[in-house]
Amino acid sequence: MSPEPAGEESPDRLYTVTGGRGGTDESSLDSVALIVAESEPAADMQSEHADILRLCLRPIAVVELSAELGLPVSVVRILLVDLLDTGAVTVRHHVPSTPQEGPRHDPDTLKQVLLALQRL
Amino acid sequence: MPSNASERNTPAPGRTPLAATIGNALKIVIVGGFGVGKTTMVGAVSEMRPLSTEEVMTQAGAEIDDLRGVRDKRTTTAAFDFGRITVDATRVLYLFGAPGQKRFWFLWEQLFIGSLGAVVLVDTTRVEDSWYAIDRLEHHGTPFIVAVNRFGPGPDLERVRGALDLSNDVPLLECDARRRESGRDVLITLVHHLASMERARSVLKETP
Repeated sequence: MSPEPAGEESPDRLYTVTGGRGGTDESSLDSVALIVAESEPAADMQSEHADILRLCLRPIAVVELSAELGLPVSVVRILLVDLLDTGAVTVRHHVPSTPQEGPRHDPDTLKQVLLALQRL
Repeated sequence: MPSNASERNTPAPGRTPLAATIGNALKIVIVGGFGVGKTTMVGAVSEMRPLSTEEVMTQAGAEIDDLRGVRDKRTTTAAFDFGRITVDATRVLYLFGAPGQKRFWFLWEQLFIGSLGAVVLVDTTRVEDSWYAIDRLEHHGTPFIVAVNRFGPGPDLERVRGALDLSNDVPLLECDARRRESGRDVLITLVHHLASMERARSVLKETP
Protein backbone atom coordinates (compact mmCIF):
# COMPACT_ATOMS: atom_id res chain seq x y z
CA MET A 1 0.00 0.00 0.00
CA SER A 2 1.92 2.99 -1.14
CA PRO A 3 0.46 6.17 0.26
CA GLU A 4 -1.07 8.45 -2.32
CA PRO A 5 0.23 11.96 -2.64
CA ALA A 6 -1.91 14.48 -0.84
CA GLY A 7 -3.21 16.16 -4.01
CA GLU A 8 -6.99 16.18 -3.98
CA GLU A 9 -10.03 17.82 -5.49
CA SER A 10 -9.62 17.09 -9.16
CA PRO A 11 -10.75 19.62 -11.75
CA ASP A 12 -14.41 19.93 -12.53
CA ARG A 13 -15.91 17.58 -15.05
CA LEU A 14 -19.49 17.09 -15.94
CA TYR A 15 -21.33 14.44 -17.85
CA THR A 16 -24.87 14.39 -19.01
CA VAL A 17 -25.90 10.91 -19.98
CA THR A 18 -29.25 10.68 -18.33
CA GLY A 19 -31.22 12.08 -21.24
CA GLY A 20 -32.54 14.86 -19.09
CA ARG A 21 -34.46 12.63 -16.75
CA GLY A 22 -34.85 13.94 -13.31
CA GLY A 23 -34.88 11.29 -10.66
CA THR A 24 -37.91 10.75 -8.54
CA ASP A 25 -36.59 8.56 -5.78
CA GLU A 26 -32.89 8.18 -6.52
CA SER A 27 -32.12 10.15 -3.38
CA SER A 28 -33.10 7.03 -1.47
CA LEU A 29 -30.08 5.24 -2.92
CA ASP A 30 -27.32 5.61 -0.38
CA SER A 31 -23.74 6.14 -1.54
CA VAL A 32 -22.87 2.66 -0.28
CA ALA A 33 -26.08 0.89 -1.27
CA LEU A 34 -24.97 -2.41 -2.78
CA ILE A 35 -26.19 -3.07 -6.29
CA VAL A 36 -26.49 -6.55 -7.79
CA ALA A 37 -27.30 -7.42 -11.42
CA GLU A 38 -30.35 -9.59 -11.91
CA SER A 39 -30.10 -9.88 -15.69
CA GLU A 40 -27.66 -9.76 -18.58
CA PRO A 41 -27.05 -6.59 -20.55
CA ALA A 42 -29.44 -6.43 -23.51
CA ALA A 43 -28.41 -5.47 -27.03
CA ASP A 44 -30.74 -2.49 -27.20
CA MET A 45 -29.68 -1.08 -23.87
CA GLN A 46 -28.12 2.32 -23.34
CA SER A 47 -24.39 1.66 -23.07
CA GLU A 48 -24.17 3.07 -19.53
CA HIS A 49 -26.90 0.68 -18.40
CA ALA A 50 -25.06 -2.24 -19.97
CA ASP A 51 -21.81 -1.12 -18.32
CA ILE A 52 -23.52 -1.03 -14.94
CA LEU A 53 -24.89 -4.55 -15.39
CA ARG A 54 -21.43 -5.84 -16.25
CA LEU A 55 -19.95 -4.18 -13.16
CA CYS A 56 -22.50 -5.53 -10.72
CA LEU A 57 -22.29 -9.24 -11.37
CA ARG A 58 -21.01 -9.20 -7.80
CA PRO A 59 -22.32 -6.67 -5.28
CA ILE A 60 -20.90 -3.20 -5.83
CA ALA A 61 -21.51 0.05 -3.96
CA VAL A 62 -23.03 3.04 -5.76
CA VAL A 63 -19.84 5.09 -5.28
CA GLU A 64 -17.74 2.29 -6.71
CA LEU A 65 -19.93 2.22 -9.81
CA SER A 66 -19.52 5.97 -10.03
CA ALA A 67 -15.72 5.70 -9.88
CA GLU A 68 -15.58 2.85 -12.39
CA LEU A 69 -17.88 4.58 -14.87
CA GLY A 70 -16.27 8.01 -14.41
CA LEU A 71 -19.70 9.52 -13.77
CA PRO A 72 -20.84 11.68 -10.85
CA VAL A 73 -22.69 9.80 -8.13
CA SER A 74 -25.95 11.62 -8.80
CA VAL A 75 -25.87 10.58 -12.46
CA VAL A 76 -25.23 6.96 -11.52
CA ARG A 77 -28.19 7.10 -9.14
CA ILE A 78 -30.50 8.18 -11.93
CA LEU A 79 -29.20 5.42 -14.21
CA LEU A 80 -29.72 2.93 -11.38
CA VAL A 81 -33.32 4.00 -10.86
CA ASP A 82 -33.99 3.04 -14.50
CA LEU A 83 -32.49 -0.39 -13.92
CA LEU A 84 -34.30 -0.83 -10.61
CA ASP A 85 -37.60 0.02 -12.29
CA THR A 86 -37.17 -2.78 -14.80
CA GLY A 87 -35.84 -5.24 -12.24
CA ALA A 88 -32.48 -5.49 -14.01
CA VAL A 89 -30.72 -4.77 -10.72
CA THR A 90 -31.64 -5.04 -7.06
CA VAL A 91 -30.36 -3.24 -3.98
CA ARG A 92 -29.01 -5.28 -1.12
CA HIS A 93 -28.61 -2.60 1.43
CA HIS A 94 -30.73 0.32 2.44
CA VAL A 95 -29.37 2.61 5.09
CA PRO A 96 -32.02 2.85 7.79
CA SER A 97 -30.68 5.62 9.97
CA THR A 98 -32.25 9.02 9.97
CA PRO A 99 -30.00 12.00 10.53
CA GLN A 100 -32.30 13.40 13.19
CA GLU A 101 -32.02 10.39 15.44
CA GLY A 102 -28.35 9.85 14.84
CA PRO A 103 -26.98 6.50 13.88
CA ARG A 104 -27.68 3.38 15.87
CA HIS A 105 -24.97 0.79 16.00
CA ASP A 106 -25.63 -2.70 17.11
CA PRO A 107 -22.87 -4.06 19.33
CA ASP A 108 -22.18 -7.01 17.04
CA THR A 109 -21.48 -4.76 14.04
CA LEU A 110 -19.11 -2.61 16.08
CA LYS A 111 -17.36 -5.68 17.43
CA GLN A 112 -16.84 -7.15 13.97
CA VAL A 113 -15.56 -3.82 12.63
CA LEU A 114 -13.14 -3.64 15.52
CA LEU A 115 -11.86 -7.15 14.82
CA ALA A 116 -11.42 -6.34 11.14
CA LEU A 117 -9.44 -3.20 12.00
CA GLN A 118 -7.27 -5.09 14.45
CA ARG A 119 -6.35 -7.50 11.65
CA LEU A 120 -4.97 -4.65 9.52
CA MET B 1 -0.61 -7.59 1.75
CA PRO B 2 -2.10 -10.95 2.71
CA SER B 3 -4.14 -12.37 -0.13
CA ASN B 4 -7.80 -13.01 0.36
CA ALA B 5 -8.70 -16.64 -0.23
CA SER B 6 -12.19 -15.77 -1.39
CA GLU B 7 -10.88 -13.85 -4.37
CA ARG B 8 -10.33 -16.67 -6.80
CA ASN B 9 -11.62 -14.87 -9.85
CA THR B 10 -9.18 -12.71 -11.71
CA PRO B 11 -10.11 -9.19 -10.73
CA ALA B 12 -10.40 -6.40 -13.22
CA PRO B 13 -7.23 -4.29 -13.06
CA GLY B 14 -7.50 -1.79 -10.26
CA ARG B 15 -10.58 -3.19 -8.63
CA THR B 16 -11.27 -6.35 -6.73
CA PRO B 17 -14.95 -7.21 -6.63
CA LEU B 18 -16.62 -7.74 -3.28
CA ALA B 19 -17.40 -11.28 -2.22
CA ALA B 20 -20.79 -12.42 -3.49
CA THR B 21 -21.98 -12.88 0.11
CA ILE B 22 -21.56 -9.23 1.08
CA GLY B 23 -24.93 -7.76 1.94
CA ASN B 24 -24.27 -4.89 4.28
CA ALA B 25 -22.13 -1.81 3.69
CA LEU B 26 -20.94 0.46 6.49
CA LYS B 27 -19.20 3.78 6.15
CA ILE B 28 -16.83 6.01 8.01
CA VAL B 29 -16.03 9.51 6.76
CA ILE B 30 -12.63 11.13 7.14
CA VAL B 31 -13.15 14.84 6.77
CA GLY B 32 -10.65 17.65 6.71
CA GLY B 33 -9.23 20.62 4.86
CA PHE B 34 -7.33 20.54 1.60
CA GLY B 35 -4.03 18.65 1.77
CA VAL B 36 -4.46 17.50 5.37
CA GLY B 37 -3.91 13.84 4.44
CA LYS B 38 -7.39 12.35 4.02
CA THR B 39 -6.52 10.49 0.83
CA THR B 40 -3.28 9.34 2.37
CA MET B 41 -5.05 7.90 5.37
CA VAL B 42 -7.72 6.19 3.27
CA GLY B 43 -4.98 4.69 1.10
CA ALA B 44 -2.95 3.54 4.09
CA VAL B 45 -5.73 1.39 5.52
CA SER B 46 -7.76 0.43 2.45
CA GLU B 47 -7.59 -3.09 1.05
CA MET B 48 -7.76 -1.66 -2.46
CA ARG B 49 -6.16 1.32 -4.10
CA PRO B 50 -8.39 4.28 -3.25
CA LEU B 51 -10.84 5.23 -5.97
CA SER B 52 -11.88 8.78 -6.79
CA THR B 53 -15.22 10.03 -7.86
CA GLU B 54 -17.26 13.17 -7.66
CA GLU B 55 -20.61 14.62 -6.88
CA VAL B 56 -22.15 17.65 -8.52
CA MET B 57 -24.70 20.10 -7.33
CA THR B 58 -26.45 22.84 -9.22
CA GLN B 59 -26.70 26.24 -7.67
CA ALA B 60 -30.46 26.00 -7.95
CA GLY B 61 -31.03 23.36 -5.34
CA ALA B 62 -29.76 20.60 -3.15
CA GLU B 63 -30.39 17.92 -5.74
CA ILE B 64 -29.98 17.90 -9.47
CA ASP B 65 -33.53 17.86 -10.67
CA ASP B 66 -32.95 18.33 -14.35
CA LEU B 67 -29.67 17.18 -15.81
CA ARG B 68 -30.56 18.47 -19.26
CA GLY B 69 -29.94 21.96 -18.10
CA VAL B 70 -27.03 21.17 -15.89
CA ARG B 71 -24.42 22.77 -18.12
CA ASP B 72 -26.31 26.02 -18.08
CA LYS B 73 -26.51 26.26 -14.36
CA ARG B 74 -23.71 27.07 -12.05
CA THR B 75 -22.56 23.84 -10.54
CA THR B 76 -20.27 22.82 -7.75
CA THR B 77 -18.26 19.66 -8.13
CA ALA B 78 -16.86 17.88 -5.11
CA ALA B 79 -14.26 15.22 -5.73
CA PHE B 80 -13.76 12.62 -3.06
CA ASP B 81 -11.81 9.42 -2.54
CA PHE B 82 -12.75 6.21 -0.91
CA GLY B 83 -11.36 2.85 0.00
CA ARG B 84 -12.74 -0.18 1.73
CA ILE B 85 -12.05 -2.84 4.32
CA THR B 86 -13.86 -6.16 4.24
CA VAL B 87 -15.23 -6.77 7.75
CA ASP B 88 -16.51 -10.33 7.44
CA ALA B 89 -18.36 -12.54 4.98
CA THR B 90 -21.38 -10.25 4.89
CA ARG B 91 -20.12 -6.79 5.80
CA VAL B 92 -17.83 -4.27 4.17
CA LEU B 93 -16.66 -0.93 5.53
CA TYR B 94 -16.22 1.97 3.13
CA LEU B 95 -13.90 4.81 4.09
CA PHE B 96 -14.48 8.20 2.54
CA GLY B 97 -12.09 11.10 2.38
CA ALA B 98 -14.33 14.15 2.18
CA PRO B 99 -13.31 17.78 1.71
CA GLY B 100 -14.17 19.85 4.74
CA GLN B 101 -14.89 23.20 3.16
CA LYS B 102 -18.29 24.73 3.58
CA ARG B 103 -19.10 24.75 -0.11
CA PHE B 104 -19.12 20.96 -0.15
CA TRP B 105 -21.91 20.58 2.39
CA PHE B 106 -24.11 18.87 -0.19
CA LEU B 107 -21.62 16.04 -0.44
CA TRP B 108 -21.49 15.70 3.30
CA GLU B 109 -25.19 15.28 3.73
CA GLN B 110 -25.15 12.11 1.73
CA LEU B 111 -21.92 10.71 3.09
CA PHE B 112 -22.76 11.26 6.75
CA ILE B 113 -26.30 9.94 6.70
CA GLY B 114 -26.11 6.35 7.80
CA SER B 115 -22.41 6.49 8.56
CA LEU B 116 -20.97 4.87 11.66
CA GLY B 117 -19.13 8.06 12.47
CA ALA B 118 -16.44 10.44 11.32
CA VAL B 119 -12.79 11.29 11.80
CA VAL B 120 -11.90 14.97 11.60
CA LEU B 121 -8.33 15.16 10.37
CA VAL B 122 -6.57 18.30 11.53
CA ASP B 123 -3.42 20.10 10.46
CA THR B 124 -2.36 22.18 13.47
CA THR B 125 -1.08 24.98 11.24
CA ARG B 126 -4.62 25.38 9.87
CA VAL B 127 -6.86 24.48 12.76
CA GLU B 128 -9.56 26.84 11.54
CA ASP B 129 -10.11 24.57 8.51
CA SER B 130 -11.78 22.12 10.90
CA TRP B 131 -14.21 24.43 12.65
CA TYR B 132 -16.94 24.11 10.08
CA ALA B 133 -16.69 20.32 9.93
CA ILE B 134 -16.90 19.97 13.69
CA ASP B 135 -19.83 22.35 13.87
CA ARG B 136 -21.76 20.37 11.26
CA LEU B 137 -20.98 17.00 12.81
CA GLU B 138 -22.23 18.23 16.17
CA HIS B 139 -25.33 19.65 14.51
CA HIS B 140 -26.07 16.35 12.76
CA GLY B 141 -25.39 14.31 15.86
CA THR B 142 -22.78 12.30 13.95
CA PRO B 143 -20.30 10.75 16.39
CA PHE B 144 -16.74 11.79 15.63
CA ILE B 145 -13.20 11.87 16.90
CA VAL B 146 -10.40 14.26 16.00
CA ALA B 147 -7.00 13.13 14.74
CA VAL B 148 -4.08 15.50 14.38
CA ASN B 149 -1.91 14.60 11.41
CA ARG B 150 1.57 15.62 12.50
CA PHE B 151 3.61 17.32 9.81
CA GLY B 152 6.23 18.49 12.27
CA PRO B 153 6.48 20.09 15.67
CA GLY B 154 3.31 21.78 16.77
CA PRO B 155 1.07 22.58 19.71
CA ASP B 156 0.25 19.81 22.15
CA LEU B 157 -3.11 18.13 22.10
CA GLU B 158 -4.60 20.15 24.93
CA ARG B 159 -3.94 23.34 23.01
CA VAL B 160 -5.51 21.83 19.93
CA ARG B 161 -8.53 20.86 22.01
CA GLY B 162 -8.81 24.42 23.17
CA ALA B 163 -8.38 25.88 19.68
CA LEU B 164 -11.13 23.60 18.40
CA ASP B 165 -13.34 24.30 21.41
CA LEU B 166 -13.73 20.55 21.65
CA SER B 167 -15.63 18.96 24.49
CA ASN B 168 -13.73 16.51 26.67
CA ASP B 169 -16.05 13.73 25.51
CA VAL B 170 -14.56 13.82 22.03
CA PRO B 171 -11.44 11.67 21.69
CA LEU B 172 -8.43 13.53 20.32
CA LEU B 173 -5.25 11.81 19.22
CA GLU B 174 -2.17 12.25 17.08
CA CYS B 175 -1.51 10.22 13.97
CA ASP B 176 0.71 9.80 10.97
CA ALA B 177 -1.70 9.42 8.06
CA ARG B 178 0.97 7.73 5.94
CA ARG B 179 1.28 4.77 8.26
CA ARG B 180 -1.17 1.90 8.11
CA GLU B 181 -0.90 1.12 11.83
CA SER B 182 -1.49 4.75 12.69
CA GLY B 183 -4.57 5.00 10.47
CA ARG B 184 -5.80 1.73 11.93
CA ASP B 185 -5.41 3.10 15.47
CA VAL B 186 -7.40 6.19 14.56
CA LEU B 187 -10.25 4.04 13.26
CA ILE B 188 -10.09 1.77 16.30
CA THR B 189 -10.34 4.85 18.54
CA LEU B 190 -13.46 5.89 16.65
CA VAL B 191 -15.08 2.46 17.00
CA HIS B 192 -14.31 2.38 20.74
CA HIS B 193 -15.90 5.82 21.00
CA LEU B 194 -19.00 4.60 19.15
CA ALA B 195 -19.27 1.58 21.43
CA SER B 196 -19.04 3.71 24.57
CA MET B 197 -21.65 6.11 23.21
CA GLU B 198 -23.96 3.16 22.55
CA ARG B 199 -23.45 1.93 26.09
CA ALA B 200 -24.23 5.36 27.47
CA ARG B 201 -27.33 5.52 25.33
CA SER B 202 -28.66 2.19 26.51
CA VAL B 203 -28.03 3.17 30.15
CA LEU B 204 -29.92 6.39 29.54
CA LYS B 205 -32.83 4.44 28.11
CA GLU B 206 -33.09 2.33 31.25
CA THR B 207 -33.16 5.31 33.62
CA PRO B 208 -35.87 7.66 32.41
